[in-house]
Amino acid sequence: MSQPFYVSPEQVMKDRADYARKGIARGRSLVALEYEDGIVLVAENPSRTLFKVSEIYDRIAFAGVGKYNEFQMLKIAGVRLADMKGYSYSREDVTANSLANAYAQTLGQVFTHEMKPYEVEILVASVGTEDSDPNELFHILYDGTVFDEQGFTVLGGQSEAITEVLKRDYAPGLTLSAAIRLGARVLSPPDAAPLASAQLEVAALQRSRQRRAFHRIKGTELEALLAAEAG
Amino acid sequence: MDDTALPLFGSGFDPGPSFVDVLRRTAPHALPGAGLSGPATPPFDVTHGTTVVAIRFDGGVVMAGDRRATAGYTIANRRMDKVLPADDYSAVSIAGAAGPAVEMVKLFQVQLEHYEKVEGEQLSLEGKANQLGMLVRGNLPAAMQGFAVVPLFAGFDLRRHRGRVFSYDVTGGKYEELDYQANGSGGVHARNWIKAGWTETITREAAVDLAIRSLFAAADEDVATGGPDLVRRIFPTIAIINEDGYIALTEDEVARRAEILLDGRERGGDAS
Repeated sequence: MSQPFYVSPEQVMKDRADYARKGIARGRSLVALEYEDGIVLVAENPSRTLFKVSEIYDRIAFAGVGKYNEFQMLKIAGVRLADMKGYSYSREDVTANSLANAYAQTLGQVFTHEMKPYEVEILVASVGTEDSDPNELFHILYDGTVFDEQGFTVLGGQSEAITEVLKRDYAPGLTLSAAIRLGARVLSPPDAAPLASAQLEVAALQRSRQRRAFHRIKGTELEALLAAEAG
Repeated sequence: MDDTALPLFGSGFDPGPSFVDVLRRTAPHALPGAGLSGPATPPFDVTHGTTVVAIRFDGGVVMAGDRRATAGYTIANRRMDKVLPADDYSAVSIAGAAGPAVEMVKLFQVQLEHYEKVEGEQLSLEGKANQLGMLVRGNLPAAMQGFAVVPLFAGFDLRRHRGRVFSYDVTGGKYEELDYQANGSGGVHARNWIKAGWTETITREAAVDLAIRSLFAAADEDVATGGPDLVRRIFPTIAIINEDGYIALTEDEVARRAEILLDGRERGGDAS
């Protein structure tokens, strides 16, 4: 009987991580920025129907980059978990923190135990109801690593280059229009015109909205916000 | 139910956009009416909600309900709200066993929002009405034991640009009403009143007045329906659904309208 070749655990993990990273790098990036009334999510996405950003619960949004069917499946699982929790306890008991932990658990499990890791990077974002409530941005990688980010975060293949630009240009307290324009600019290829509304998917969690804070910004509303002059 | 791990389903078991099916797979004990077994009639008085009405007007629908809940000959609650939003463009009003009814509406609200979040778009009004019918049918075993729930459903149909009203029987049968419907113990009296006053061109204000008056009429004839309570300042719950969505009238607005109407023919003159 033939013995399988020995492969060290380090090598197995490295191969899987490389595989996942390659898959994610093929897709386009997405940025989340805190602005004066919450969090705005801006993605490069020419599709009008296959969304990268979605509503999970009253104050919680989800964003994913990488393989569409995988992050879409994770989004639906998140909606199910959140709705089950809200139904059996109360709406206030559904938190981004516990949702991020559930995602991290699942991604970590799949990364170590399954043949193929998920080729996704996801974000769980939430806003409070009061001005004093902090925003939350949980950035979760393909292997279940969680980062609790502040100010802004970038998902996807070009995240390092975009993060460098945002470190220089991002300032807290942006208006919605300024935040969207900054997002559109950093997602655009260097030395090219900023992405137009047809190339963008934009959604915001707006603290001042009543129960459901999630709002998709599209069509003429997006065009007006992109066209607004700085200042 | 494990509420810390993501609910994942193998192919063939995926519940799709239905929250009720998610519950059925993961937490069947949390479904309304789960674990129900016992004698055919409960050995105690079941709390009942009483009279609710839905009236279509030019451009939308008015829904209204009295505030009383009874258990046998006692008043279980004086301030119950029987008209509840189902989502932004529809409402449910409940008559029948109060406990299961409230639970059914809560599940219905989650079901509609869950569908919208999973599918990325809202159900049609007809789709929502069918979903409620399924929940009513699911309650049939409980209904056989004395916990019947018969809701009214109304909403603004964004595709057809008009208000629509649906009623149900205990088996979940769904019936679209052309113009208005009333339900509950005082429903017959309320319906007769509405029938006498309704016209195809009725305005929103006139429909609200008609709803208030029909509930007065029901309270006049039916002990289980709560009339306007001027001592405690309790008046019917009223909601309007039109192309702007679900709008609940404030208590002050209803009170003001009700007091004007109370000076009208409900006083009945010296003869009564």
